[in-house]
Order: sequence, then C-alpha cells, then structure tokens
Amino acid sequence: MKEKPDVLQGTLVLMVLKTLDVLGPQHGYGIARRIEQISGDLLAVNQGTLYPLLLKLEHEGSIASQWGASDNNRRARFYRITAAGRKQLRTETSDWEQTAQIIARFFKVKAEDLP
Amino acid sequence: MKFLRRFFIRLSNFATGRSADQRLREEIAEHLAFQIEENTRAGMSPSEARRQAALKLGAAQAIREDHHAEHGLPLIENLLFDLKYAARMLRKSPGFAFVAIATMALGIGATTAIYSVIDATLLHPLPYPKPSELIHVEDDLPGLGAQDVGASIPEFRDLESSGIFQSVAIAGHGADVNLTGGSQPERLGFKAVTPNYFAVLGVGAQLGRTFDPQDTTPGYNLEAVIGDGLWRTEFGADPRIIGKEVRLDNDIYQIVGVMPRGFRDQGSTSEEQSVELWLGAGYSGLPFRPPQRDLRLNRAVIARLKPDLPVAAAQAHLDALVNALKKQYPAEYPAQEAWTVRLVPLSESVVGSVRRSLVLLFGAVGLVLLISCVNVANLLLARASARGREIAVRQALGAQRTRLIRQFLVESLLLFVLGGIAGFAILFFSRKFLLQLVPESLPHLNAISINWGVLLFALAVSVAAGTLFGLAPAWMMSRYDVNGTLRQEGRGSSGSRERSRARQILVVSELALSLVLMVAAGLLLRSFWELFTVQPGFNPDRVMTLQTWLPGPNDPSADKYRSAAQESVLLREILRRSRTLPSVEEAAVGDSAALPLGHSQPFPLPVVREGVETSENLAPEIDSPIVSPEYFRLLSIPLLRGRLFTDEDVAETPQVAVINQAAARAWWPNQDPLGKRVRLRLDAREVPTSAQPPWTTIVGVIADARTESLADAAIPQIYRSVYQHPAKDLAVILRGALDPGAISAQARAQIQSIDPELPVFQAETLNEVLSTSLSVRRFSMEMVAFFAATALLLAGLGIYGTISYLVNEQRREIAIRLALGAQRGNILNMVLRRGLGLAAAGAALGVAGALIVSHLMAGLLFGVAPTDLFTFAGVTLVLAAVALAASYIPALRATRLDPITMLHSE
Repeated sequence: MKEKPDVLQGTLVLMVLKTLDVLGPQHGYGIARRIEQISGDLLAVNQGTLYPLLLKLEHEGSIASQWGASDNNRRARFYRITAAGRKQLRTETSDWEQTAQIIARFFKVKAEDLP
Repeated sequence: MKFLRRFFIRLSNFATGRSADQRLREEIAEHLAFQIEENTRAGMSPSEARRQAALKLGAAQAIREDHHAEHGLPLIENLLFDLKYAARMLRKSPGFAFVAIATMALGIGATTAIYSVIDATLLHPLPYPKPSELIHVEDDLPGLGAQDVGASIPEFRDLESSGIFQSVAIAGHGADVNLTGGSQPERLGFKAVTPNYFAVLGVGAQLGRTFDPQDTTPGYNLEAVIGDGLWRTEFGADPRIIGKEVRLDNDIYQIVGVMPRGFRDQGSTSEEQSVELWLGAGYSGLPFRPPQRDLRLNRAVIARLKPDLPVAAAQAHLDALVNALKKQYPAEYPAQEAWTVRLVPLSESVVGSVRRSLVLLFGAVGLVLLISCVNVANLLLARASARGREIAVRQALGAQRTRLIRQFLVESLLLFVLGGIAGFAILFFSRKFLLQLVPESLPHLNAISINWGVLLFALAVSVAAGTLFGLAPAWMMSRYDVNGTLRQEGRGSSGSRERSRARQILVVSELALSLVLMVAAGLLLRSFWELFTVQPGFNPDRVMTLQTWLPGPNDPSADKYRSAAQESVLLREILRRSRTLPSVEEAAVGDSAALPLGHSQPFPLPVVREGVETSENLAPEIDSPIVSPEYFRLLSIPLLRGRLFTDEDVAETPQVAVINQAAARAWWPNQDPLGKRVRLRLDAREVPTSAQPPWTTIVGVIADARTESLADAAIPQIYRSVYQHPAKDLAVILRGALDPGAISAQARAQIQSIDPELPVFQAETLNEVLSTSLSVRRFSMEMVAFFAATALLLAGLGIYGTISYLVNEQRREIAIRLALGAQRGNILNMVLRRGLGLAAAGAALGVAGALIVSHLMAGLLFGVAPTDLFTFAGVTLVLAAVALAASYIPALRATRLDPITMLHSE
C-alpha cells in the first residue's frame, strides 16, 4: 500500500486559512474533511495534528474560535479567520504562487532551450 | 510580532496554569463522532467505523502532548519539573544535602567575603568621575635611589602648560593643624592643596563651593573646605556654615564649602583618605619657600589626563618634556641623579600597598572554593552509585540521555546555588563581626559593603561552579549500562570503575590543593612569628607615646615657637612636668618621625657629606628624626661610639647629630664617622630662609633598631637634637608602669597648663603600635591559615568518603579474603595503603604546586625561605596524618565485615 505523503506544516497552514476564508466558520472535523476532499484524498491528514496547529494559529491571532452548535445540533468548536489571518493568507498565497511559478518554469525547460 | 504575541499567550497560560486539555478532549470526541457517523453512513459496521475513525485521527496521546506543548512553554515546564524533582531528591537525603550545601556555603561565602574587600579596594579604588583619566605624577631620582621625591613649583608649572593634562594639582600630604576655639583645642588632619585640586578630582561641594581653580594666591588663600563628617561632628551640620570663620594654627580661615557625604579623598593610607579638611595654597609664597627649580616639594602631584589620551602616549610626551628641561637647566638637573617623571594611574598608587596581600588572599580563597567544589563533585559521584538503579530504570523507560544529564545538572545547580545563597546569607548577617577582623590600616575600609554587586558575584560563582562541577558527574551518571545495572541489582556496575577512578583523581587534587594552601599558611605563619619575635633593637615595654602639635601660623613672625631657643623653653617644661606624672620614670620628646613604627610617611632629606657631595641634588636621602637627649636611653638603644646628645647641645652651640650603624656603614664605609660633617637641608618644619644650612658634626653612633619597619633590619638614620631643630609635630614618649586609660588626661592637663592651645592626641602604648604595624600581615596570615584549615578538613572528608566508597565496592572481595583466612591486620593494611597511596600522590602534586606558589609570594615572607624544608616537611606530615586518620575509620569497618552474612546477602 502506498503511504499518503505527510502534509508539510507550511502548506497545511495555507490550506486551513484558505478553507476558513472560502467556507466561513468551520469546526475541526469540517476543516479536515474539506482538505481531504479538495486534495482528492491524496492528502489524508494525520487528522489529529490539525488541532495543535489550530491552537498555534489562534495564538498568533490568524484565527479565532468559539463554541457553537453544528448542523446536527452537536456542540463543536468553530474556527473563523480574522482580519490578520486574511492578510497572512494574501501574502502567503502570493508567495506560494511565485514559488510554484518558478518551479513550473524549471520543469518546462528542456535542454535545447538553454542558450 | 506574531511570535511575541504567541509567546506572551503561552507565557500567560503557563503562569496561570490554564490547561487546554479539556477543550482538546471535547474537540477530539466531536471529531471522532463526526467521522464514525460518516463511516457508518458509508456502510461500515459500528466497531469497524470506530476503528477506522481512530486510525485516521492518529495517535491521540501524541496529539495531546503536542497540543499541550503548543499551549504552554515546555522548556520552562521541564525545568520546573526537574527543580521539583531535584528538591524532592535532596529532601530524601537530608544528610547529603546538608553536607553539600554547607560545603558550598563555606566555599562561596569565603570567596564572596574576600571579593567584597577586593570590590571596594582594587576594583573601585577611585570614587570620582572618569577615574581612568586620573594619574599620579611621580618624580624619581633613580641615580640616587630616591623615589617619588615630588616636583618643584617651576616643574609643576611646566606640567600645567605641557598640554598633556586637563589640569594638574598638588595634593599635599596628610598634615596636622590645630583647630582652636572649641571647648578643647583639636588636632585635625588636613591637606594643603592647590585650588584646582577638586577640579582635578571632578567633585563639587554639597554646600557652598570648592576652591576657585583660577585662584593664584601664593601662600594659603585662607579658605577652607570641610568634609561631611567634620561638618556634622564639629559644626552640628549647621546649614549656615558657609562664610563662618575658624581658627587653625592661629590663622583665621573662612569655610567656603562642605564636601558631599561619602566623598573620600585619594591617598595611599587610610589616614590620608579620611582627611576632612582642605586648605587652598599656591605653594609659592609664605609660609612656603620661594619657588626654585631644584627645590622639590615632597608633595604628591595628581593630574587629569586630556580625554582619550592613553597613559603611554602621555608618558612619551612627558619624557620629551623632561629631556628638554634637562638640556635647558643642566645645573638643576645633574646627570647623576637621572631625573625621570613617571605617570602612574592614580588607582594603582592608591591601592599599591595592599594589592599583594589581597591577591594572595583571593588566590587562597579561590583554592578553598575549588576544594569545596571538588568535594561536592565527589559527593555527587558517590550518590551516583547509590542511584544506579533509579537511573537505569528511567533509561529503560525511554528517558533520553540529554534529558538525564539536564536533570542531574539541575540537581547539582540547585545544590550549588542553595550553597551560594546560604554562604551569602551568613556573610550578610555576620558582616559587622567580620569587618572587625579587617585591620584598620586597610585603605577604603569604610567602603567595604555587602551590596547587590557582591550578591551577583556570589550567584554567578555558584552557577558557574555548579555547571562546571555538576557536568562531569552528570555525564558519568548518565552513562549507566542499563542491562548490567538492572541485572546485577545495583551491586556495582560497569560504570563504577570509571567513577571510582574519577573520585580518586578528585581526592588527589583536593589533597594537592590543600597542601598548597597549608604550605602558604605555614610560610606566612613562620614569617609572622619571625617578625613577632624579632629583636626590634629597642625596648617597647612599658612605653607610651602621645602627640601634640605646635601651631605654625602662616606668618612665621607670629609664631611663638619660632626658633629652637623659643621652643626649648616649652619642651623642657613639658619634660619636667611629665616626669612628675604618677609612675613616670623617664620622659623624652621628639618629632613624629622619632615615633618608632608610628609614622606612615617618613620624610627623607638629602644629606650632603663634607668632601663627598657638592650639592644637595646629588646627595643621598636619609630619614632624620629629631629627638631629645633622653630618647635613646628611654628606648634602650645602645650607644656604640662617641656620645649622645646632652642638654647643652642647644641652638647656640655647634650643630651635632647622632647616626645609626646602618648610616655609618652606608655613608662612611671603612671610615670613622665620628667628627665627619654633613649639611642637612632645612625641611618644611623649619622656618624658610635662603641661607646655606650650617655644618652638622656627627658625634655618636648608635646600634641599629627597627624603628622604621620591623621587617627591615637597618635603615640609615640621622638623629638631630630637638633643642637645635624645632619641630611642630611633637611626640612625648613616657616610660613607667603607666595606666593607659588615665595618662592621656593627665598629660593633657599638664601640657595645657603650659599652653592651653595645645591639643593632646593619639596616646598609645608602644606594644600596641608594634602590633598595629603587623596588622595587615596578621590579617592575611590568619585568613590564609583559616582557609588552609578548612581545606584540610574538606580534604580529610574527601579521602574518608572515597576510601569508604572503595571499601564498599570491595566488600565482597574483602569478605572472600576473610573467609579464606586473611588476617584482619592484612585487611587493615590493604585499606590504609589505599589511603596513603592517594595521600602520597596528592602530596607529590601539592609540593610541586606549593613550590611555585611559595616563590610567587616570596615578597610577603620574612625570615623564611620560600623552600623552607621545615614547613614543607611539617605540612606534608600533617597531611599524611590526616589522610591516615580519615582512612582508618573505613579500614576498621572493613576488618569488622562478617564474611558469612556478607556472602549470603549477595
């Protein structure tokens, strides 16, 4: 069986922030689920590791949390992105895109293209 | 920003002990519930759904730990945990904890005590702004072997205009003046300083002003600045003191300023540093002699260097100036005297005299500290064997090595820091008592304090020592072989050989260090004893001295004791009345230079020998006390040749002098000194005239006496008669079965009935003076001896512990030997040999170290060679005896082992 790759911390932060930005307040399971869906099950998070990360983001002020009721009326902790988190998301997104473009260009280059 | 925010939230969580565990648990439960629900919907069986959900979540415990670590500050938490654990371990073995903490308290307390003295003297010698700019300008005449002879006024002006200094001042030396007008005439120490003196030091007055630096009055400017202490005691802290007039030696001075509280004057003796009266003087008009290039003032010159000018560069400028002056004035600066001017940082000239003693003490106390540390390290190692199982179990349960080392380090640090705090606390609460042990002659005695800096020092030493000496035991403890230890039930593990070697090395070094200290103490003790029992050459028994001061008004013609003839009347009356005092058998007078060992600063004068020297500048310098005829008889200094002074040697008869044998040997080798003639320059005590001093004939030679310094057998001296040379600084010397408590008042009454304006002060027995003159030596000897005794005790404890440990390790072997029929005597021998072996190794190393140390301290020794065989042999014997005694107890225990119980129990 092929191991699913661990998600790098940095990308995971980006994914969490993006998820909260797009979907609005979510509980932990929702975030994990969403990340799993979008990554096409390729990145099955070792889901528990999400929680220390959420705590860290909360300490840093990128997200905030409070207790609330879930769809099926259960008590769950909801996370939402803050203004600082949005700003962080913007800068990290552009950083990421820049990195991705550079890597992509490297992969496109063939030997005969080089002067 | 984000990092800081995160840190502070974690810190506050940590500090308030808030836990997020409950929240996480709920969240995880929720998470699992959602997942199980979803899995069930996907068609799994309930148990399978639960299993898959848990799998997907990951290791719950690890997540909780991560979460917890994120929530608080794990590093500090671990440290606190270690500390708690260490405190618990110490409480569990109170005996060990007590011994270790007491040992460290002793080591760190003693080191801190000496540090507080050094802090006040060597490290902060000058309580003035920018002290590094302050220097002492020292004129030397190496050609004549004379040092620090002082500058003349023209030279002083050359220094001022040299461009090297911001300002230059003549600091004067401590002198006396009579303050009259109060209930009792009082003698005050004062310094005559040039008006810019305080500007050089950079200190202003708390009340009024200091002297105007631009003041150019040639003589005294009749302004006085007083110290805070004098202001309080003499003038009741009168806030309107400024402008008040005081009568000093019959002249009226106006008080212009009060120095701030805590201002301490510079100078090399505590007497100079506690001066509280300063008079401004230009040093170039009456009562001073007119300036003359070759008339050296014999006063300290201090200066403040231009900012950022290094001393070496300033010295180079100054050398050039000196060379130019020598060319310009060849007559005043003859080549033979080889005049040089040296710049000495003022801090050095202030503490120079006690630096050696203090460095020795700090070295000694450092050794004690080292021995205490080694001892505690030894104890820690001993504990390692007792805790072998605990460590092995913890390792087996997965404790990391670094984690173990960290924990042991925390334990030893706790021990050392507790020891340091205990030592500091003891020092703090016994400081009053300890300060009494410090001799009064130590400069800056008043500045010694147990302050925050000293506390910081104690803590820094504790932490440094704890880290250094805790690391090795911690490292060794963490190297336990888990399997071996657990299997052998702690009966001695594979690490034990290494540890026992480490312990033996520690004990050997302890023994070596204590031998070094004991040799140092032994040599100092012998030096002190030699000095104490040295024949001083005079008889100090039943002799008392007291002093008075004849006022010297600034206008010499107003002086009623101006000439020798005028003063003789007073002196003869003082002598006559002194002899009538109860139980006085003999009385003599002299100047303060005639007081045996009682004057801190001799004022040597050039002596021009007839037919040898042509000018004063080429003449050797010699101490010249002034005495009355009874002086030599009173002190039992025998006459060797010629005659002593008589009452008929007076101002009108030819000038005569008596010299000691050292002077005869030095100045007239292989000749008969009797009848030789010398010219002795007039000194500051006499009325200034420009006339050549008259010829003085040597009429007698007395035996050498150690009146200048007990350590110096023969310093050349020339004595003159007080009836031919009036002196202002009078000393009255009395012999008889005197009552020291009453004599001062009786003598004061007699003297003041002749002249009510004369103060009488400083009544002392000569034996007291003798013992005071040895006080710094006694202090360092006692301290080093105390340290050596401590070191010996610690080393004894160390060797006892190590031998006990070895016996314990070998108890099986000993039991088997006993079972096989070994004699108990053999066992005793075997163990004692171990102890003696260690002692021999320690002694060999120690003797080598002691030889180095004893040569370094050769300057502090008297009458004993640095390689004194008696001291070395004696100390080694003592060490061997202590080692033997300390090994004897465990050896005896070894012979009492019961082989049957022993072998059964294992």
